[in-house]
Amino acid sequence: MYTLTKNIKILSSLMMVSGFIALAYGFYSAPHSVEEAKEMVSSQAHDNYGSDDEKDYYDKSTLNENKNKSDHGEGHQMSHDEHVYHQLSNRPWSALYVSALFFFLISLGTLAFYAIQRASQAGWSPILFRVMEGITGYLLPGSIIVFVILILCTMHLNHVFVWMDPDVVAHDKIIQAKSGYLDSKFFLARAIFYILGWNLYRFFSRKFSIAQDKSDGISNHIKNFKLSAGFLAFFIVTESMMSWDWIMSIDPHWFSTLFGWYVFASMFVSGITTIALVTIYLKSQGYLKKVNDNHMHDLAKFMFGVSVFWAYLWFSQFMLIWYANIPEEVVYFVARIQDYSLPFWGMLVTNLIFPFLVLMNSDYKRVNWLIVMTGIVILFGHYLDFYNMIMPGTVGDQWYIGIPEIGGILFFGGLFIYVVFNTLTEASLEPSGDPLFKESEKFVY
Amino acid sequence: MAEKILHAVYDDDDKLLAAVKKIKEADIDIEEVYTPFPVHGLDKVMGLKETRLAITAFMYGCIGFCFAIWMMNYIMILDWPQNIGGKPSFSFIENMPSFVPIMFELTVFFAAHLMVITFYLRSKLWPFKEAENPMPSTTDDKFLIEIKFDGSEKQIKKLINETDVLEIKLHSKKNDNDK
Repeated sequence: MYTLTKNIKILSSLMMVSGFIALAYGFYSAPHSVEEAKEMVSSQAHDNYGSDDEKDYYDKSTLNENKNKSDHGEGHQMSHDEHVYHQLSNRPWSALYVSALFFFLISLGTLAFYAIQRASQAGWSPILFRVMEGITGYLLPGSIIVFVILILCTMHLNHVFVWMDPDVVAHDKIIQAKSGYLDSKFFLARAIFYILGWNLYRFFSRKFSIAQDKSDGISNHIKNFKLSAGFLAFFIVTESMMSWDWIMSIDPHWFSTLFGWYVFASMFVSGITTIALVTIYLKSQGYLKKVNDNHMHDLAKFMFGVSVFWAYLWFSQFMLIWYANIPEEVVYFVARIQDYSLPFWGMLVTNLIFPFLVLMNSDYKRVNWLIVMTGIVILFGHYLDFYNMIMPGTVGDQWYIGIPEIGGILFFGGLFIYVVFNTLTEASLEPSGDPLFKESEKFVY
Repeated sequence: MAEKILHAVYDDDDKLLAAVKKIKEADIDIEEVYTPFPVHGLDKVMGLKETRLAITAFMYGCIGFCFAIWMMNYIMILDWPQNIGGKPSFSFIENMPSFVPIMFELTVFFAAHLMVITFYLRSKLWPFKEAENPMPSTTDDKFLIEIKFDGSEKQIKKLINETDVLEIKLHSKKNDNDK
């Protein structure tokens, strides 16, 4: 049995308190009127941000295109200021949303990995089941937090999802055509449906997993196997729809058919990396003695493989849109390359080139400190990935990784650590009743 | 002093692994092991040096990558400048995304083919080469350990008889490799 150490408690509460303060500061310092926003931008205009030409281009290419046209009589400048005001006031919301979503998706990615292990009856991984179940312990609190944020968005407290604003929709034919799907009530109903399905699977699978420890037969194992196979079918549909709803609809004019897969690859590799990091931490504390280099080797292989898979999907999405060069599609990447060039290209280094070169060698996959180092880089890179997916549509060129963003990471990171390690204390770290446990123990790569 | 060859035949890979371990522990040199499929962990038990084929594969991949860059630059930019995707920039770096699939494929192509060729050269294999394995059934379902030694076979035979062996054959001369 694992017991929560004082260090973890102190670390997680410190992270949460400082993160909370930083987020609160973010909301406090966001502009509360158009005039304030104008002042903030003009005082910074000459050091941080691009020239007016670029802004003009960006304005024309984003959602407010139609809005601009409609009140063109009063002049372009007026709507521009309002636009910047919305972007600046969106920033703390987006910072909150990116972090909340990122840590929730880590736990969802782990749940998918866990279900794959169950459904394929893998022999190597049962020894790590309790670690995975610990990480998916964050699924329930994480999904509730994300859901609450989504409700607040539908209440027009922010402009993160522009299609929720009836004024925008009234002047936008493209969103009007999609209004059957992009409807606040239907949106929330779908969110409840996904969250309920995922949490139900997690609840029952965990229940069967613990019951299997004490039973003699394998009936719980078989139930888990069937449940996991069913969950995977449910998951791949709902995950795809979740990514359209919660991420892609932030840019409601734009669409990509492989977006669901792309988001999946990102959460999957983050989840696997987190499994490896938690396992190495527990081992360093003297737990999980039966986990050896062979298991770490397999986890690192997955980290390597899924990093390449992520890059494949990223490139497939990018290259087709870049090549075809259709204005309504390419605007998505124009915004990212012009205003976000550092995080946009930087994440290719952290998510592909770095793990590719470090984890390619077979021996390196057995060196724990290399896995930890690569894992931290991968997690940071995939935070950036979600940042790049969400921020351009909400704050535009007014982005910065500053106090609210770091506060979001600290707050949800702290909560994540606390919930995960607290869940680990609830059951034995070795699922010794699993029929495949012996095989996992003796597993040799 | 005549060199003798002993062949010990097994019918299971686990039995073979246990036998190789035992023979190695007794400090007897194993000349070669013939198996119908790669036996997991056999290289480690035999104490073989780790292969350097992976390093060559990485280098071949790098060569393929560079070759693809040179080739695409020559074909699409220098020799016959192409208008790619309606963006006539005629610069390699601006057209690079459309060359990535080719770079990827040539990296894999070079790494795979040159690695196989290296493997053939290194293990002295070529087309129409006569098979060297002493017993054809090692390509089917039998496993064979070959031991070369001088002097008396008694001790080795005794040791091998302790393992789960199917059959022991003794050949007194090196060229006497009848089946």
